[in-house]
Amino acid sequence: MTRLHFRVLVVGAGPAGLAAAAAAAEAGADVGLADANPGPGGQVWRAAHSGPGVHWARRVRDLGVRLLTGTRVVAVLGPTAVLGETDAGPLELRSERLILTPGARERFLPFPGWTLPGVTGAGGLQALAKGGLSVAGDRVVVAGTGPLLLAAAAYLRNCGARVGCVVEQAGTPRLAGFLPALLRDGARLRQAATLAWDLRGVPWRTACHVVAAHGRERIEAVTLRRGGAEWTARCDRLACGFGLVPNLELPLSVGCAVADGVVRVDAWQRTSISGVYCAGEATGVAGLEAALAEGSIAGLAATGRSDLARTYFPARERGRRFGAALERAFALRAELRELPDASTTVCRCEDVPYAELRAHGNWREAKLQTRCGMGPCQGRVCGTALAFLFGWTPDSVRPPVTAASVGALAVVADGDGGAPAPG
Amino acid sequence: MRPLSDVHITVNGLPVRVPEGTVVAAAVAAAGVAASRRSVRGEPRAALCGMGICFECRVTIDGRPHRLACQTPCRDGMVVVAR
Repeated sequence: MTRLHFRVLVVGAGPAGLAAAAAAAEAGADVGLADANPGPGGQVWRAAHSGPGVHWARRVRDLGVRLLTGTRVVAVLGPTAVLGETDAGPLELRSERLILTPGARERFLPFPGWTLPGVTGAGGLQALAKGGLSVAGDRVVVAGTGPLLLAAAAYLRNCGARVGCVVEQAGTPRLAGFLPALLRDGARLRQAATLAWDLRGVPWRTACHVVAAHGRERIEAVTLRRGGAEWTARCDRLACGFGLVPNLELPLSVGCAVADGVVRVDAWQRTSISGVYCAGEATGVAGLEAALAEGSIAGLAATGRSDLARTYFPARERGRRFGAALERAFALRAELRELPDASTTVCRCEDVPYAELRAHGNWREAKLQTRCGMGPCQGRVCGTALAFLFGWTPDSVRPPVTAASVGALAVVADGDGGAPAPG
Repeated sequence: MRPLSDVHITVNGLPVRVPEGTVVAAAVAAAGVAASRRSVRGEPRAALCGMGICFECRVTIDGRPHRLACQTPCRDGMVVVAR
């Protein structure tokens, strides 16, 4: 098996990871940057052919960072060592300093019909379109919550989709409370103006949410509700996501302390585990500016350049304040907990319906009795939904971090990473 | 930048031509296959998250099962089976 050793290993090549790798390499360290995706840039800069993502990718290459794309980290071998899986087989990655930048994923909430093909995340459909999925001429309803809906809708429209409306669950009073934060920020205000122009003629329906998707082999229509009114619209696609949640599986596997759904870090982005840093959305969903600042701080702190890291503190603070304002404005409404009916599938991997889960008192009990969360996604979709629906939180994370080949697991069993979990 | 060329693959035996850089999930849709897999209870399923989290898009690529179609770029001669 191939073994690589770096002074600094960064896992996750989104904005935070790219910034961390660049900062550490500029400080003279030998740096590895691993990511499961085929290219760097994370979700926000996925498949970009120009713009800041391309600039950052070029910068880390020029700095001599070893870019390991298509490398999915499946297990933790030690505090600063992980096992990656590639098409060419397993890859052991060791380091003196480990920087985790796992980013965030979309939150999906179950509602009748949400498992039909053609129902995707909002960022999900945007990602698929960036990957070449044709949406030209498709009637698309974009629903859920957050500014990502508007960004996704604008992107899809520019790809030729017929976006019928953007359905935002948050009510107007809360959204109005967000305006001061937006008006204070010139760059974000310009972004908002661009989105408004791209989406001219597309209604943004606030205090409105999806009730059900209809269809047989794929989605054909969607029912929406606003106050007491319900109506059904025909559509080819429903792009529905309820905000972003941090990816905590890898930090938890390393043993990093987590509280309130985010990885705990100090001013230098250090986690509770010595030698392990965390930056970006996993420390709190705060957007691009905070992710770049946190990545730079982590990369500099990990290479003993704390003096330089300080220069990024104001940008981090600005980003985090904006993130907090977003969280308040787009907080999920309680009635979304009533979206699923008794027969609605909640765990898509194991086809576990809502009624079977409701009978249990906690995540562990439900898992043991129903297999909920035990499929290939390991609760990444249903666990996040159940945290909102029932307030359940997973009690532990066990290896592998993600679905892995038996070959890779054999490496973990033979090495010093302990025995693989039975399933 | 060099121009992107086309890549030829098959999906369920059907030849599909897509631009270089296209992910397998997009090619499966281009082949007219709505569902990339059937669930435990036989329901049709396709990509949900588009970013390698949900595993709903998994297909067989060149004989290897459970590959993530949304994370895998198409390569010339690839044989994709989505059932």
